[in-house]
Amino acid sequence: MALEDFVSFIVAQAIAGLASAASLFLIAVGLSIVFGVTRVVNFAHGSLYMLGAYIAYSLVAVMGDSFAGYLLALLLAAVAVGIIGGVIESTLLRRIYHAPELFQLLATFGVVLIVQDLTRTIWGPDDLFAPRMPGLDGAIDILGHAIPTYDLFLIGVAFAVLGGLWLLFRKTRFGVLLRAATEDRQMVSALGIDQRWLFTAAFVLGAALAGLGGALQMPRQAASLSMDLSIIVDAFVVVVIGGMGSIAGAFIAAVLISELLAFGLVIFPQITLVLIFLVMAVTLVLKPSGLFGRPEFLTAEDVRNPDPPLQPSDAIAKAGWRVLLAWGLVAPFVLGEFSTVILTEIAILALFAASLHFLIWGGGLITFGHAAYFGLGAYGAGLAVFHLSAGMAPALLLAPVAGALGALLFGWFCVRLTGIYMAMLTLAFAQIAWSIAFQWIEFTGGDNGILGVWPSAWASDPTVFYYLAFLVCAAMIWALRHVMFSPFGYTLRGTRDSALRSSAIGVDVMRHRWLAFTLAGAAAGVSGGFFAFAKGSVFPEVLFVSTSVDGLVMVLLGGMQSMAGPILGAIAYTEIQTELNRVTDLWQLVLGVFIVALVVVLPRGLAGLSALLVRRRTS
Amino acid sequence: MPRMNVRYLLSVLFGALLTTLAIASAHAQQGPIRVGEINSYTGPLAAFTVPYRNGWQLAVEEINAKGGVLDRPLEVISRDDGGKPANAIKFAEELLRRENVDLIAGTFLSNIGLAVADFANRNKTLFVASEPLSDAVVWSKGNPYTFRLRPSTYMQAAMLAEEAAKLPAKRWATIAPNYEYGQSAVKAFKEVLKARRPDVEFVEEQWPALFKIDAGATVQAIARAKPEAIFNVTFSIDLAKFVREGQLRGLFKDREVASLLTGEPEYLDTLKGETPEGWIVTGYPWQAIKEPAHRSFVDAYQSRFDDYPRAGSIVGYNTILTIAAMLEKAGSTDTAAMVAAMKGLELETPFGPITYRALDHQSTMGAYVGRTTKVDGRGVMVDFRYANGADYLPDDATVRKLRPGN
Repeated sequence: MALEDFVSFIVAQAIAGLASAASLFLIAVGLSIVFGVTRVVNFAHGSLYMLGAYIAYSLVAVMGDSFAGYLLALLLAAVAVGIIGGVIESTLLRRIYHAPELFQLLATFGVVLIVQDLTRTIWGPDDLFAPRMPGLDGAIDILGHAIPTYDLFLIGVAFAVLGGLWLLFRKTRFGVLLRAATEDRQMVSALGIDQRWLFTAAFVLGAALAGLGGALQMPRQAASLSMDLSIIVDAFVVVVIGGMGSIAGAFIAAVLISELLAFGLVIFPQITLVLIFLVMAVTLVLKPSGLFGRPEFLTAEDVRNPDPPLQPSDAIAKAGWRVLLAWGLVAPFVLGEFSTVILTEIAILALFAASLHFLIWGGGLITFGHAAYFGLGAYGAGLAVFHLSAGMAPALLLAPVAGALGALLFGWFCVRLTGIYMAMLTLAFAQIAWSIAFQWIEFTGGDNGILGVWPSAWASDPTVFYYLAFLVCAAMIWALRHVMFSPFGYTLRGTRDSALRSSAIGVDVMRHRWLAFTLAGAAAGVSGGFFAFAKGSVFPEVLFVSTSVDGLVMVLLGGMQSMAGPILGAIAYTEIQTELNRVTDLWQLVLGVFIVALVVVLPRGLAGLSALLVRRRTS
Repeated sequence: MPRMNVRYLLSVLFGALLTTLAIASAHAQQGPIRVGEINSYTGPLAAFTVPYRNGWQLAVEEINAKGGVLDRPLEVISRDDGGKPANAIKFAEELLRRENVDLIAGTFLSNIGLAVADFANRNKTLFVASEPLSDAVVWSKGNPYTFRLRPSTYMQAAMLAEEAAKLPAKRWATIAPNYEYGQSAVKAFKEVLKARRPDVEFVEEQWPALFKIDAGATVQAIARAKPEAIFNVTFSIDLAKFVREGQLRGLFKDREVASLLTGEPEYLDTLKGETPEGWIVTGYPWQAIKEPAHRSFVDAYQSRFDDYPRAGSIVGYNTILTIAAMLEKAGSTDTAAMVAAMKGLELETPFGPITYRALDHQSTMGAYVGRTTKVDGRGVMVDFRYANGADYLPDDATVRKLRPGN
């Protein structure tokens, strides 16, 4: 009897896991197709999923009284999202395929902000819970467990989509072209295929799958404004575990993750948040290109290095730096008390952005998890105050140590990978750190954070604290710049431009990258430490993916090809956010439109503005 | 020499700045009383904070229509923290240093409430924490400048535990989001229930990640432990998923469920046709509260916003009533006077009289405890009663121990 009970429970749990896997698969596979063909890391994929859910909710309210009507509503929602995806691709992404690849990420982040605010404006802030699907609104008995019939339907849909995609990719010309484009874009275009059409089609397909995934959730969960960001990270994890561009991989990874969660919560109900990232980290360490992905191989166009090498500052740039420094020194007296607080934040975030810029531009190492080192610095300082009653100075000294140690540990694994896989592994480590901070309440204070991390008496005046933060951060940024022009920096930039040639002349590529990681981690740790004291508190959000995204946005906004980029980006991003907030509730919408417009008009960021002006004048 | 010059320049500039600030603040004295307000108005929390904003706007309009407070109009300068504590601190700085507000109010998430409370303590500014639930706001992290309006996690869990103790059920399961709020709620519920019913045992605990519940698998894991009753702390989208999966899989059949906050319109209205029958909940049955003070609040709210009030609305409304009553009592906007006035402040609200306890700065605003049912496809609360917050707090000696600062 006990054994029967046990077996039936296992079966029921496995079915519940499969139902969760079904929806995860639909979202992830769309993301995977879009990335495979267009190489765009589509951050807005979660927004398309959310739109699918909201549109389906509205359609179900109109026509969902019967099984057929409900089903039609779900399919129409998928079609609608596909069309929206087509519009996004043809009006925005098509213009920026030739921009540095991270710029496409920034553009899709702008789309996330726009969709978030538009959705709130159109559907309102309340969660919207659709009725059950007629005909599939009950449960059937399987081995004594009530299993919702809709779950079985959902599993069937997932298998149908899997089969359909397999047929599409193996048996149709369109599918063959998509696969060809995934493997070698140049070859496809050399054969006379119109790439623009192919890219749009791939994006529409991916968007429609995301929309379908969202729509199919309607009988299971309420449509809410948090759907976009809560799904996107999970979707990336699935895609990366399965292998970028692999459809079967996405399916197996979705099943693997969902089943692990379904059974994991029986044994360790508290660990569910960490589990998914642990699985990803382990997978990537053991199999660097995912379960079914092939190692990234280089095609001619992938060895792209459109940027001229970094030059020492010319006279104009030097003057610019001096003006920036002088302005930083006198600004508190010109602008007033609150501006000092904002300037402090800008100085801190500029260092954070500069450390990220050092990795991305100096080392060519793309990371989505830079928040880890910022957050470790903040927690290092905060925990020193909280557990050891340390003063500000020792706590601030601990911050870079914490950041560097974290980067030393995580970096060892990350530098073994390249490209998007490395980016995702950095994200996994950051999310693991976040999960620990969020759930280990005894040590970190959990979600309620660490309070009372205020500056010592001598630095408690905002102006004094500003000067401290400004001088330290400016010195650190200068040091990072100095490293770029040191022999180490030149070698690092060499490994960025060609890892193969660098190793051919005897450079230990991995060791250089590892060291760059650690340096950037220490610098980010310093900024995190100052951030903790500026805010008087540390919360898990400093480790969260949104902090990493903020960093990327600042770097990209400012412009990648200039040392001044991250600083300009930090200024612009902080000022825009602060001032917009005073004016409008729809500040995310305005910010999103601004970012999208910037990417289209100024694909080299704000720092590219001057270059653009110079070119205009000379031509 | 150059250094001398710079220092001279700096001191002159600094002096000029101080003069400007002095003039600015003297000017502010004659204008409206300025209340800085921070909450999470964008993102997923907007469903809770927008009704709250309507509530405080209504109160501000009513008070100003009657001539304001201390012969000065009340002005609320509101900021959106986007759900991030770091942003909340930035705007607290801005409100204090650029907008020269006299006090700060608001916040919904506990972590943001705690961050702003610590900021207020550091800057010796009064903070009326309207919505955050964490017990730490007034107990373990309590400070002299922070007062909290809404009944806390402990109080609401104690209200449910009192009802739970009356049930025959002995085997309980708990399900709560795995973060501070969920953990505190489960702890408080267990504590109070065990004190009243030593024969009760807890046979299963589920801790889904916040907003990431794997509902089907979780429901089965609870069912497997065969509890007689369930204590639920999940809310929002987690709650909707949990309820639907639980109903489909028969988890709630012949089982009592005590569920925190589920009776608030913010949560109950989402469930619509899926509303479970007979759950014991804390909440706000706005349609059915008959007291005249509450009826006139509902009428004014509905005519102003063409919408019905949520639990957040009454909290927002009471926040401004609190501030107005406090200002009348203090007679000035001097922080020391305002803090002194908050201690033991008594006022009338649509929920009846409430007091801000001098002991721990917690208001005695209560909540309604009742059972859920479905009427015309919508969830409502029936058989409810008002649980006065004052009756669900530990005794004074315990509170003193819980609040080490005072």
